[in-house]
Amino acid sequence: MVGMADAGAPFRITGETGEWEVVVGLEVHAQITATASKLFSGAATAFGAEPNSQVSLVDAAMPGMLPVPNKECIRQAVRTGMALDAVINRSSRFDRKNYFYADLPSGYQISQLYHPIVGPGEVEILLDEKDENSGKQIGIERLHVEQDAGKLMHDQHPTMSYVDLNRSGVALMEIVSRPDMRSPAEAGAYLRKLRAILRYVGSCDGNMEEGSMRADVNVSVRKPGGELGTRTETKNVNSVRFVMAVVEHEAKRQVEVLEGGGAIAQETRLYDPDKNVTRSLRSKEDAHDYRYFPDPDLLPLELDEAFLDECRASLPELPDAKRKRFEGLGITPYNASVLTAEVETARWFDALLDAGAEPKQAANWVVAELFGALNRRGESITDTPVSPEEAAELLKLVADGTISGTIAKQVFEIMLETGEAPSKIVDERGLKQTSDTGAIDAEIDTILAANADKVAEYKAGKQALFGFFVGQVMKAMQGKANPGVVNDRLRAKLD
Amino acid sequence: MSELTSKTIAELRDGFRSGEFSAREVAEAYNAAVAGAKLLNAYTVETPEDALAAAEVADKARGQGELPSLAGIPLGIKDLFATKGVATTAGSNILKGFRPPYESTVTANLRKAGAGMLGKLNMDEFAMGSSNETSAYGPVISPWRRKGSNVGLTPGGSSGGSAAAVSAHIAPGATGTDTGGSIRQPAAFAGICGIKPTYGRCSRWGIVAFASSLDQAGPMARSVRDCAMLLEAMAGFDPKDSTSLDLPVPKWEANLSSDLKGKRVGIPREYRIDSVPAEINALWDQGIEWLKDAGATPVEISLPHTKYALPTYYIIAPAEASSNLARYDGVRYGLREEGVKTLDDMYAATRAAGFGEEVKRRVMIGTYVLSAGFYDAYFTKAQRVRALIKQDFAKAFESCDVILTPTAPSAAFGIGETTDPLAMYLNDVFAVPASLAGLPAMSVPGGLDGQGLPLGLHLIGNELDEQIVLNAGLAIEERAGFTARPEKWW
Repeated sequence: MVGMADAGAPFRITGETGEWEVVVGLEVHAQITATASKLFSGAATAFGAEPNSQVSLVDAAMPGMLPVPNKECIRQAVRTGMALDAVINRSSRFDRKNYFYADLPSGYQISQLYHPIVGPGEVEILLDEKDENSGKQIGIERLHVEQDAGKLMHDQHPTMSYVDLNRSGVALMEIVSRPDMRSPAEAGAYLRKLRAILRYVGSCDGNMEEGSMRADVNVSVRKPGGELGTRTETKNVNSVRFVMAVVEHEAKRQVEVLEGGGAIAQETRLYDPDKNVTRSLRSKEDAHDYRYFPDPDLLPLELDEAFLDECRASLPELPDAKRKRFEGLGITPYNASVLTAEVETARWFDALLDAGAEPKQAANWVVAELFGALNRRGESITDTPVSPEEAAELLKLVADGTISGTIAKQVFEIMLETGEAPSKIVDERGLKQTSDTGAIDAEIDTILAANADKVAEYKAGKQALFGFFVGQVMKAMQGKANPGVVNDRLRAKLD
Repeated sequence: MSELTSKTIAELRDGFRSGEFSAREVAEAYNAAVAGAKLLNAYTVETPEDALAAAEVADKARGQGELPSLAGIPLGIKDLFATKGVATTAGSNILKGFRPPYESTVTANLRKAGAGMLGKLNMDEFAMGSSNETSAYGPVISPWRRKGSNVGLTPGGSSGGSAAAVSAHIAPGATGTDTGGSIRQPAAFAGICGIKPTYGRCSRWGIVAFASSLDQAGPMARSVRDCAMLLEAMAGFDPKDSTSLDLPVPKWEANLSSDLKGKRVGIPREYRIDSVPAEINALWDQGIEWLKDAGATPVEISLPHTKYALPTYYIIAPAEASSNLARYDGVRYGLREEGVKTLDDMYAATRAAGFGEEVKRRVMIGTYVLSAGFYDAYFTKAQRVRALIKQDFAKAFESCDVILTPTAPSAAFGIGETTDPLAMYLNDVFAVPASLAGLPAMSVPGGLDGQGLPLGLHLIGNELDEQIVLNAGLAIEERAGFTARPEKWW
């Protein structure tokens, strides 16, 4: 597989007949988790609740029940559309998608086929995280709002299936990309970026394990630059890794079929993560005729200027803007990219800056020290016991020479363990760095005397030994000596 | 028939308030009348205890401050309205035994106004029909008979049980629903009044859906005033229905006036159809004279797309119905056919057994017109024609205030006489355009035909102008002096 960083070389599959290009489009279903109530019924939507405990009369499609749009869901869809830099349609409409299945109580899903709430937009992905000039625009065709269906449980009874309607009527945003991606890595980057944007906006928690976000992956292959090939759609893929695997696997499968003289059937496929294969679910011929038509129970959705203004005003700073701002503060593109990838990290880092930390130093520290510690401890940034304010204090102690970088690592470890403030740790444990030339000179003299042979070698030209003397002095002073002063004094004595 | 059951709702209200009789006496009189009229097959469920309970509340409240508008009035409720704990089946086998755990907004409003329930009224299955013959409970027999004949006649449909009950004096008033004439045509057949308000006046919440963009509840009663009273109680904004109108309910009854001075009555030339019996056109002419007498000026108007209304209706209504009725799948409530192997088999068996012929026909038509490849030719085009029909009315109302037409192209026909579905659909030829346009429309009795059967006159008002419809209806009512009643044979 061609790596992410390989931005310059396009992803190609090499078959017997030469190179093939893969074309990918994603339809992402994102649950509107910002509100805990359903799209048209107001019922609750808690994940993992007892089956059929989150079901209203509307969700169960009892006779005479009517849908009423949940304004907060509409608001979140509009905010998301704005964050995707997309056209917001002042007037949109709900349509019914008709089909029979036991998880669909009304026999139709309320969706938006003809007039979606959000029109074209775009998302920028970075093909190389270290290079802010490696951006690529992925087009968004539309975003529409629709209901989720319930769930069948086949393992509860030997001959029957049970129906759980907890998810019936849950609000989803379907975000349809243009077929603008050309590799598994691009598909992965797009999905990660989309997820980040949703999480920044707060409309969807992006939790793919709990099903609040899943993707239908459209894949086709063609000779580079040629006509678009026939695509397949692999449904309900629920992780970034799986999406990438589907693109990879499906593209290779299609190349094999085509080179074997076959044709690609336009069909719906399912991904089996255990075997890492996709399987045909149904062909175009078996496709439902959904008989879409405008839902007569619902009026067209008209959005007024005041509502749009409020939505716009409520948007937070989005990942790209934040990344650019961080870079403007002198933070490296890589660090800026890492710091803005997850909204919690970005928020934490902003709080760190607000607490007075110097941006470059802070960025390096977060990416190296904090992330390292979190990884080790298996924690996420939201449950670290160290607050941004305490971290800022720690960094300030380093910056003003109170402690050395080495001591800072120790202090940080103690902070993680005890939750104590860094200044307290430094004071109580006597970790303050010393610049006292008298004490340092005395220590240097002892070291030099004990290593007369090495001093001789140094003076004979083995300059590399300078580091050894520094190390010995620092060790003897338990790391508390100011390294600058140690350097200066050593040079004065040796040179 | 006891004297109490001969009274209008307004008379019952006034007599009860003045202490002439108790609400209990009214309820008992009606309960007895209902129990004695089983031959009509008007009620699918009788709820005498409900009527008595409401009467008891009314009797207790009397003399203790202001009474709600319908205190002590027992009503019949069309089986399309969900009534909490009481079987609600829409006249269909597929919902047999279904007892909703909720009450429709309209019936809840009526209960709030103090009304009790005599029972659930028979109807065409899912309100699809014009004769009540499609009901799973068998047809309602009209209390009316042709002179010198004992042939059973239909009360019209789909609110046939409501019409029969009101005209047979086994309910002083009833709820109906009107999708394409289902209040007005049976009202005309039964010699009573019935009004369909502007679309959105009455909440559809809790009414079993037939065609959502057309369905509207309305009252059926023995006088225009009674209709005004009932409609005031039924109507009102309901946040649970997105298509409900967020407007205050006008004081229709208080503003009733048969003085039509300065009003213009539109007479649409396209409604003059040769095949309609001369008696009906003659009654129409008589209606024009009555309204002139009340001070109105007749003006000829044109509704050029009228001839497309019926085909348009028979695309849109079945399309919506095919989708609305998908929920009757045997999974969660109502009928389920067992002994099948797959889910698809269960659907097919349940729906085959649960739905009657007319419902199946409309589900098939609706499914067809929404299908890929046919959608634009049928559904999209029908929506466009519907818009043109609306425009026709909007234009007409620039030159008139209310429109007068016959309600139906015939008087009541015999049970089993009309077997061709298309001939049956023609019953609603005058009623359907106002439904497509969402306008308020009413049928009031105008007289009897040569066979002694009632004929109705049809009034259509502009959007939200139920008042002019009621006022013109009152003017006709006062002048027609329609006092005919079916002779009791049941």
